Amino acid sequence: MKLLQINNLKTTFHIEAGQVQAVRGISFHVDRGESVGIVGESGSGKSVSMLSIMRLLPENAKIDADRLTFDGTEIMDMDQKQMRRLHGNDIGMIFQDPMTSLNPLFTIGDQIMEPIRIHQKLSKSEAKKRAIEVLKMVEIPSPESRLNQYPHEFSGGMRQRVMIAIAISCNPKLLIADEPTTALDVTIQAQILDLMSDLKKKGNTSIVLITHDLGVVASMCSRIIVMYGGEIVEEGTTREVFYNPQHPYTWGLMRSMPKVTEGEKKKLIPIPGSPPDLLSPPKGCAFAARCEHAMKICTQMSPVPISLSESHRAACWLMHPKAAKVERGVGS
Amino acid sequence: MSISVHMNDKEEDRFPGKHINELPDELFEKVGEDSKQDNEEISRPSKSYWQDAWGRFRKDRLAMIGLCFVLIMAVFAIFGPMFSQYTYDGQDLNNGNQPPSSEHWFGTDKFGRDIFVRTLYGARISLLIGFVAAAINMVIGVIYGGLSGYFGGRVDMILMRIVDIMIGVPDLLYIILVMMFLGNSIQSILIALCLTSWIGTARIVRSQVVTLKHQEYALAARSIGSSNLRILFKHLIPNSIGPIIVTVTFLVPSAIFSEAFLSFLGIGIQVPIASWGTLVNDAIPTIFTQPYQMLFPALAISLTMFSLNFIGDGLRDALDPRLKK
Amino acid sequence: MENNENLIEVKNLKKYFDVKKGLFSRSDRQLKAVDDVSFSIKKGETLGLVGESGCGKTTAGRTLLKLYEPTSGQILFQGKPIEHLKFKEILPIRKKMQMIFQDPYASLDPRMTVGEIIGDPLDVHKICSGKDRADRIRELIELVGLKKDHINRYPHEFSGGQRQRIGIARALAVEPEFIVCDEPISALDVSIQAQVVNMLEELQEKFGLTYLFISHDLSMVRHISHKVGVMYLGSLVEIADANTLYTNMQHPYTKALLSALPIADPDLAEKSERIHLQGDVPSPLNPPPGCAFQTRCAYAVATCREVKPELKVIGSGHQVACHIVSS
Repeated sequence: MKLLQINNLKTTFHIEAGQVQAVRGISFHVDRGESVGIVGESGSGKSVSMLSIMRLLPENAKIDADRLTFDGTEIMDMDQKQMRRLHGNDIGMIFQDPMTSLNPLFTIGDQIMEPIRIHQKLSKSEAKKRAIEVLKMVEIPSPESRLNQYPHEFSGGMRQRVMIAIAISCNPKLLIADEPTTALDVTIQAQILDLMSDLKKKGNTSIVLITHDLGVVASMCSRIIVMYGGEIVEEGTTREVFYNPQHPYTWGLMRSMPKVTEGEKKKLIPIPGSPPDLLSPPKGCAFAARCEHAMKICTQMSPVPISLSESHRAACWLMHPKAAKVERGVGS
Repeated sequence: MSISVHMNDKEEDRFPGKHINELPDELFEKVGEDSKQDNEEISRPSKSYWQDAWGRFRKDRLAMIGLCFVLIMAVFAIFGPMFSQYTYDGQDLNNGNQPPSSEHWFGTDKFGRDIFVRTLYGARISLLIGFVAAAINMVIGVIYGGLSGYFGGRVDMILMRIVDIMIGVPDLLYIILVMMFLGNSIQSILIALCLTSWIGTARIVRSQVVTLKHQEYALAARSIGSSNLRILFKHLIPNSIGPIIVTVTFLVPSAIFSEAFLSFLGIGIQVPIASWGTLVNDAIPTIFTQPYQMLFPALAISLTMFSLNFIGDGLRDALDPRLKK
Repeated sequence: MENNENLIEVKNLKKYFDVKKGLFSRSDRQLKAVDDVSFSIKKGETLGLVGESGCGKTTAGRTLLKLYEPTSGQILFQGKPIEHLKFKEILPIRKKMQMIFQDPYASLDPRMTVGEIIGDPLDVHKICSGKDRADRIRELIELVGLKKDHINRYPHEFSGGQRQRIGIARALAVEPEFIVCDEPISALDVSIQAQVVNMLEELQEKFGLTYLFISHDLSMVRHISHKVGVMYLGSLVEIADANTLYTNMQHPYTKALLSALPIADPDLAEKSERIHLQGDVPSPLNPPPGCAFQTRCAYAVATCREVKPELKVIGSGHQVACHIVSS
């Protein structure tokens, strides 16, 4: 059974200037034990969609969905108590900035033990035992003494480990990691990614990894969802998306990255222009204004998602039989 | 390659009455570069900081009422006395202590002076003192706080310790001393009021500048060769303008109040010149027999205080960047 | 002008920051942000400076532009030393050396319109005024691919990439010869990064600009740079031609840094073997004795813990600071 099922999720923010349609009707699912990467640039709706599921958005946000189920239960119908269970116990979250997501006034031990004591109803000594256990899992040396230290005594990488420890302390069924390594250095990023892969292998925790870095998803995730302008433009297994991408935005993403493995210098091919303003999203395909293959229909109607295989689908008019064949231009 | 389409009820809405395979061919022509949507276009209307703030301020009803009241008061204070047959010091001993009537709207005092005109004239003095004192305080506070915050280190240390010492002595002491030395006049009241009340502004500006000077745009200004003073006054101060204006707005009522208080005590403006404080003071002996003599100037003070405070609250909300989306 | 002329030369540059412990404490410590760094950049070329946060690459760039006073060492611009110049004396040279900043949101004054931002350097250096100034601003804004009706808009109305281009236009306003690009793309989205990098390359070709390109993104640095220097804890550990460095790196840190780079290719990512670096970068307030990298280095020997290695030449233009690398 699917762990997380989302059908036609729409999230709108009401601001002074109007309504920002941050997420515009997305549908996807996460299976048990699988790791899914959501890739997109800032403003593509990748973080907002996950926060919508957690119902962790500010008051000016409106969430609307045909279906939003976690483990068979409709999230939209949950009451306060069920939501609290969901947060921390069933779903763990890791945020981008490990510097601000820990409370500087409490010790690391207090902050790890809090969710354990709330959700698992453990005594103080049992909770402490569990806290030491999870700190060992995230490879923090001498966890017993580290429990009594404050966040400022930890480095950035160490803090992100603590965040992961808090997120996994209650054995969540789903771990949502929102750009967990963006604020970290490359060598530390590699350590954290290794740690997350290990967690994936050990338990049957599902992972949703939100990132803008295709390199991060390539090694971590089995499936990839590419988002642009509040919509899913392409979805498939990692290999399908990397080796047989269908959407011009996915092509653009791959071409605009320099390859460190490449021998001689090639000119980068950027995607021209800027992402759309979702206060007044364009008619038709959100990517049309920046797409070199844009056709008339692209500026008039939203493309329909078309399936290429059981797992692979993309929303682009170029896949329509009447569209001309185009040079894909991804050097693979 | 087989293409199958996920059809659900939503797609029917997208293609009213048409199946996806029946779309006309011409829709699949490539769009030329020139007819394409502009991909650098900015669709939102351009709004400056002030337009944005005004938009928010306008929605605050109390602040708008306050603003209207102060504006009307100012207009009346400036032009009102010109259209009246009475003057603020014109005595008419035959018509002393008259109650409000069509002749004298607010009545007359014991010398037969028209209280309406005297209240308007008082508004002149009070508003003048309020706004001028606030303006002087702003200038001193911005320069002092700006220099202290920007140069930091030893300069900051010395400037701030001076301020600490100054604020350690009660205000009233300075004010009374100044009034004694310089005599009772508007100028000396202004000097007395401006002696220490800029300190609050200076501290606000200092804390703003201390945080802003580490912003990259300050460094960017330095990298293009801007001098320290240019960075401070062209970049940092304009960016602290919100909090500055809010503090200064609250300085206006406090200056008006201080003046009224001093005049009430008898060490402020001297008769026959009227300020709201002297009017209230004059009315004390007749508070039970002719209460209207105190009522109108007191009402003018309180309503103006209310209005200015509402404006200040409204400005704080309007200029606070945290609410900005 | 001949191409093997050094536009910028840095000799033994040091920048220490005093860290005050408290009001009454006399024992102030020093943070050695840049500790004895030497390099040179040829006219029209790009030197990439890579390293992790806190390695001193940004401080090096800022000290080079005299935004910070250097603690010691020499900075030669067109062969002339500039490290001792005072504010007034440096003004004409400032015109030739500009900077592009990391954060396109923080580096533009939010109260100024785009026109005012780009016009600011023109006013500071009194280059032009009136109609000439307006024309120049329009020329600059079009140079970076924006439109003239953007001139009266405010920075917050633009996207990150557009803002970064405004920052580039500001830097170009005074017709500089040398630009320090301090992580100009790290705050931008992937699809926008390439736009900015391509623009920097085009401008380099068009105006013969020289860049110091500071970044933690090793793949972008390789792409844009002619020469690359790797910094660790305030020191240069390796410097070489871009291709040499990426194909024949010698320093253990460079190797680890490159292997930690995520590979955007599932098959290659599976095959690649990562070098696991243990632990974190030591605090620059309390650097380890000897080689700065010895605490995390798998090959460290006794000498590494005692003697700080000097940069030594191991090939043409290839220098490494490591005891265990033999020339």
